[in-house]
Amino acid sequence: MQISGAQMVIEALIAEGVETIFGYPGGAIMNVYDEIYKQKTFKHILTRHEQAAIHAAEGYSKASGKVGVAIITSGPGFTNAVTGLADAYMDSIPLVVISGQVPMSLIGTDAFQEIDAIGISRSCTKHNYLVTNAADLPGVLKEAFYIASSGRPGPVHVDIPKDVTAQIAEFDYSIELDLETYKPHTKGNPRQIKKVMEAIANARRPLFYLGGGVINSNAAYEVRELVKKTGIPAVETFMARGVLSHDDELLVSMLGMHGSYAANMAMSETDLVIALGARFDDRVTGKLSEFAKNAGVVHVDIDPASISKLVSADYPIVGDIKNVVCEMLEQSIVIKAEKYEQWRKTIKNFDELHPLAYHDDTENIKPQWVIERVGELLGDSANISTDVGQHQMWSAQFYPFSRPRQFISSGGLGTMGFGFPAAIGVKAASPEKISINFTGDGSILMNCQELMTAVEQKLPVINIILNNNYLGMVRQWQTLFYDKRYSETDLSIQPDFVKLSEAFGGIGYKVATKEEFDIALKDAIEKNIVAFIDVAVERLEDVMPMVPSGGSLYNMMLLEKKEKK
Amino acid sequence: MQDENARRVISVIVVNEASVLSRITDLFSGRGYNITSLTVAPIPNSKYSRLTIVTSGSVRVIEQITKQLHKLIPVLKVYEHADLVEKEMALIKFPVTENITDISTLCAAYNGKIVNASENIIIVMVADEPKRVENFLNLIQRYNPKEIVRSGSVALER
Ligand SMILES: Cc1cc2nc3c(=O)[nH]c(=O)nc-3n(C[C@H](O)[C@H](O)[C@H](O)COP(=O)(O)OP(=O)(O)OC[C@H]3O[C@@H](n4cnc5c(N)ncnc54)[C@H](O)[C@@H]3O)c2cc1C
Ligand SMILES: Cc1ncc(C[n+]2csc(CCOP(=O)(O)OP(=O)(O)O)c2C)c(N)n1
Ligand SMILES: [Mg+2]
Repeated sequence: MQISGAQMVIEALIAEGVETIFGYPGGAIMNVYDEIYKQKTFKHILTRHEQAAIHAAEGYSKASGKVGVAIITSGPGFTNAVTGLADAYMDSIPLVVISGQVPMSLIGTDAFQEIDAIGISRSCTKHNYLVTNAADLPGVLKEAFYIASSGRPGPVHVDIPKDVTAQIAEFDYSIELDLETYKPHTKGNPRQIKKVMEAIANARRPLFYLGGGVINSNAAYEVRELVKKTGIPAVETFMARGVLSHDDELLVSMLGMHGSYAANMAMSETDLVIALGARFDDRVTGKLSEFAKNAGVVHVDIDPASISKLVSADYPIVGDIKNVVCEMLEQSIVIKAEKYEQWRKTIKNFDELHPLAYHDDTENIKPQWVIERVGELLGDSANISTDVGQHQMWSAQFYPFSRPRQFISSGGLGTMGFGFPAAIGVKAASPEKISINFTGDGSILMNCQELMTAVEQKLPVINIILNNNYLGMVRQWQTLFYDKRYSETDLSIQPDFVKLSEAFGGIGYKVATKEEFDIALKDAIEKNIVAFIDVAVERLEDVMPMVPSGGSLYNMMLLEKKEKK
Repeated sequence: MQDENARRVISVIVVNEASVLSRITDLFSGRGYNITSLTVAPIPNSKYSRLTIVTSGSVRVIEQITKQLHKLIPVLKVYEHADLVEKEMALIKFPVTENITDISTLCAAYNGKIVNASENIIIVMVADEPKRVENFLNLIQRYNPKEIVRSGSVALER
């Protein structure tokens, strides 16, 4: 079929089964927007900033497991989107991002709204293309979707000059991809898996170290079974929250900088780390030379470059978690759960010694209380996204996650402004769940224009602002490491968040007591429109425990003992 | 003990397409690896090119470089050479007033010869192992070379 480049974009999205895309138009991409206008197959959500379009696509992808799609224009449209691309790259989120470019004849002339987009996106995408010929488009787009979603997922950027979107060429999407140079390795080596099972059987204090790769691989339920069958305790990274259910006996919470005492001690005492789709991030390991010092390391990852990058693996396995875990399940007979009874007790003792907790207060609302409370009231019925800062860590620590893809947050890049647009994408992907965004008084201002998108699209995201009048996470470091010199972190000057939300047609609540919070949350859910719940929380609360940057996991700053909550 | 910063030669087979070279050089600069030399040319009768990269680093760094290179979509193969034949070429320009016989004899000892002569200058080439090219370039300093250009290494596994 002979069609224009712009029509090809539409046809390819339809062929890929895309249902919702996010974007923002402009000169160089207008031909494509004209075709979007003419079609009825998928929905386009106009965000109010290109960065938000990418974050929304990320949220959509994380919640649904599908490839997220965003479309933007050249120049400033593209540069606005770069933070989103970098965010998706760090967290391995499959996206296809299509940008307009100035016509071929103007490339390199410093034309209006020209920027070397693929030059910029090269270092923050899995792959990118500048399409110079409409005839290449079907192949490029098909490749883009395949590369984004296979192997270690990631964002793929396709830059299309305006004249190429107008060119007519043959469109055939049934072409076979010929990617001789890209063949992700998904099946783990069976002999190596057998060795791993023997190593586990021989270990006395083995520990599962679960990462975001388990979720990417849709393997959470297989992993739950493996953990249960083997009786081996498990710690989760921030990105893996929800792999095990919060009430799983064998879950030892999150590890790392703000991980629990028990999780970090378990990692320090284990004799065999079994890493499944986790990448030994510095926020997790602390001082590398002290990390799991006396342990053997099993590392299963689909990306060979992840293995032995930071901690050298004794049992490297390149493969997809689901395949490898299924194989491990088949061989799990060699493992005797009773053997680890003492080890499980040791960890339980750690947990009893310093549980993940906070000192609740009757006067002031503690931020952790809000999160626990939402957990009590909504539990499994909500998807949780967050912005970046203290509220983000408390969400990871205190929300009772019960399933994979329930928790959506910017881990690798730590992008303030991620939460609200991501929650919009999450709500678009799973409308049957309540979409909660835990945010801070700093972060929410970094994409609050998305109130308009949420109102227009009737995507009733509930933003719970844990308002401490501070850039709290930075303030915490200033308290601890900069002698309380609060340089530029005091946010005492604030907008009226209620009016802000109302100005866009949303709803707002100002909350100072626990009772008011319950009422506000209930009302927001009933009203079913986008909401800001501005909760005044204890200003100087710190996230604890904490492993100071570069310190060893077993040297944690702990919650000061008072009367327990 | 392996030298922490030993010299290594890596060959990379890549699809011959736009911006493939910048993907590779960006990878090195973005991750803080250094490139001592880099040569590229198409492989005859194929859609691929071959790069020879000379770099340095610990075993671990080189292993990461190799894996990261492999991760680039247009990269077909990456060889980190252990046992290889390595050659480099250099062109050197001298004033004709220098002792041409001496220069010419030296060149011959390094697989080279005079390749161009004009009224005021001569140009010689040598082709040899990089270490030996280095030697040669030291030796000819006394003949006042005007310009020196080195090609960078090319290598093949034995
Ligand atoms: C303020 C702040 C504080 C933080 N504190 C902590 C903390 O205390 N603890 C913590 O854990 N994190 C913390 N983080 C998050 C941290 O920065 C990292 O994002 C996180 O630790 C990485 O998680 P991960 O190792 O699970 O890797 P991910 O980024 O989720 O990477 C997934 C890994 O799995 C692999 N993979 C992907 N798909 C598959 C597949 N199908 N099969 C096999 N493998 C696959 C990938 O190759 C990759 O190696 C913090 C972030 C912020 C912003
Ligand atoms: C875009 C961006 N800029 C700066 C930072 C650094 N930073 C990390 S947390 C934080 C404070 C966030 O404040 P707030 O949203 O109020 O959350 P709180 O920590 O108070 O819960 C800052 C400035 C960042 N992560 N992202
Ligand atoms: Mg704050």
